[in-house]
Amino acid sequence: MIKVERLTKRYGPTLAVKDITFEVEKGEIVGFLGPNGAGKTTTMRILTGFLPPTSGTASVAGHDVLEEPLEVKKHIGYLPESPPVYPEMPVEGYLDFVGRLKGIPSGEVNQRVDSVVEGCALGDVRQKLIGQLSKGYRQRVGLAQALIHDPAVLIFDEPTAGLDPKQIAEVRQLIHDLSGDHTIILSTHILSEVQSIASRIIIINDGKLEASDTPQNLMARMRGHESLLIEIDGPPEDVEERLLAVEGVNGVSRKNGHAGRTSWSVETSKDAVIRSDLARVVVESGWGLYEIRPIGMSLEDIFLKLTASEDAAEAAAQDEPVAEAGADSPDETEEPTASEAAALPQEEPPEEQEESSKQEGAAAS
Amino acid sequence: MRNVWTIASRELRSYFASPIAYILLAMFSLIFGYFFFSAVAIFVDFASRGQMGMQMPPMNVDQFIIQPTLGNFSIILLFLSPMITMRLFAEEKRSGTIELLLTSPVRDFEIIFGKWLAAVLLFACMLAISMLNLAVIFLLSTPDWRALLVGYLGLLLMGGTFLAIGAFISTLTKNQIVAGALTFGAFLLLWVLDWVNAYSTSTVGKVCQYIAIAPHFEQFSKGVIELKDTVYYLSAIGLGLFLSKRSLESLRWRA
Repeated sequence: MIKVERLTKRYGPTLAVKDITFEVEKGEIVGFLGPNGAGKTTTMRILTGFLPPTSGTASVAGHDVLEEPLEVKKHIGYLPESPPVYPEMPVEGYLDFVGRLKGIPSGEVNQRVDSVVEGCALGDVRQKLIGQLSKGYRQRVGLAQALIHDPAVLIFDEPTAGLDPKQIAEVRQLIHDLSGDHTIILSTHILSEVQSIASRIIIINDGKLEASDTPQNLMARMRGHESLLIEIDGPPEDVEERLLAVEGVNGVSRKNGHAGRTSWSVETSKDAVIRSDLARVVVESGWGLYEIRPIGMSLEDIFLKLTASEDAAEAAAQDEPVAEAGADSPDETEEPTASEAAALPQEEPPEEQEESSKQEGAAAS
Repeated sequence: MRNVWTIASRELRSYFASPIAYILLAMFSLIFGYFFFSAVAIFVDFASRGQMGMQMPPMNVDQFIIQPTLGNFSIILLFLSPMITMRLFAEEKRSGTIELLLTSPVRDFEIIFGKWLAAVLLFACMLAISMLNLAVIFLLSTPDWRALLVGYLGLLLMGGTFLAIGAFISTLTKNQIVAGALTFGAFLLLWVLDWVNAYSTSTVGKVCQYIAIAPHFEQFSKGVIELKDTVYYLSAIGLGLFLSKRSLESLRWRA
């Protein structure tokens, strides 16, 4: 359905996209994953015909984006990063306008508007001005706009950016409902987002395609590199020694602690049973165990793991504590990274942490 | 053509959904009303002097009311048309809706023509208001309606020229104020071009005079369709729209 070959885009001296090649089959949901500025938006804009490529070719539904832009545009529904809405228009009038713009015959426009209003649950705000809507509703209007001509290919640029967890769940559900009939490309810098809906993940970093695989395979490739955060009330020297002695632990590094407790980042090779093993060691030693949880991988980590060779990756992980990688990364992972947890001020009430772990739970489900 | 109308009608609705259209129309009717009033007042003054036995030139409403009133139109256009056109593309670029237009199955030219058409239609609303004023004369006198019609054709062409240039300038920036200021500056330049060189007979002077927008309207206001002037306006509109198209295309390459 979508074919991209040796695509390169240059803005003046900077290469935004470097020699990317991939294909998307009909009915697939592909997630573009990468940090901000990785070239996701540029790639999408080339596919939608908004930008021409510097070199290479891209085609959608058999039409080349440069040679038959109008044909390509007919087959694509596109939701840019900020929904392209006119604040002074009512939802219905806006959708009617987009419908006509996309070439729906006059007689069918009303019917299509009704159908996307229903599909995106916009019934309550149908007559309202878009400028008065909340961000979540505006995003849904953006989605409705992309769906109005029932295109074969849907391209969503960061569809959940800036929404609250409930809205994120709704948008994901919507996208999930669209799969099957439509070929979907969506971009995000949140790993769990693509994990939950995409059938294939394409990782782009620094304009280059780093990996293209199913979420399961990617997870498998990254397994064995999980870190745990553990907070213990006990003598630091003994703790380090005994934790290292647990089977499956590759490395232990100390974080700052407070109120007599110390936090540790534990690098493990297998995730399966190690948490209970660690807990047992702590309890048997007579220390207090305050917290134990996996540290979400930041995208930086993932790129490191995926691109560097095994040894190099391990060295990098040990030389450079996860805390730093997390702090450098501009992207928020769903879970707070070790650095954030460690940086929590002393008087931070414990509810904060519970709150974040609730979000984790919501994201995982 | 359907796409052009889709875009034009949205643009028009947008003008009327915001205060822009109402403010512009209100300002226009005030200023035009004043111009019309002053022309009538002068006419009445002259007429009463004539009745008192003073030597006055032969007078008629065409020459003394309609011609100067229409002639003053270009001043109104100079000030109001930048406000019509400054948002056309600048606003779409700022808010990102340009991405919707450029990823829809419509041609660049349809986008530009549609937006220009909307601006011209708003201008036509102004013309309609001005007609209400002039209708009063028809109640009291019998002016030459054909000459007036030609005058309005000229106004439409002159307005179209201003608006096409304004539309082009609006494609150059994301900032409405910048677009407005540049447009006003350009219009002012095109306005003064002819009086700076009014008495010059050099080639440069003649060229400047030909380029200036307002002088080409003179014949129209007298009810004469001059080929030279018609060609001037049509080609200026064409140039404005062509430059807008080029500018919109370059948006893709520069982005």
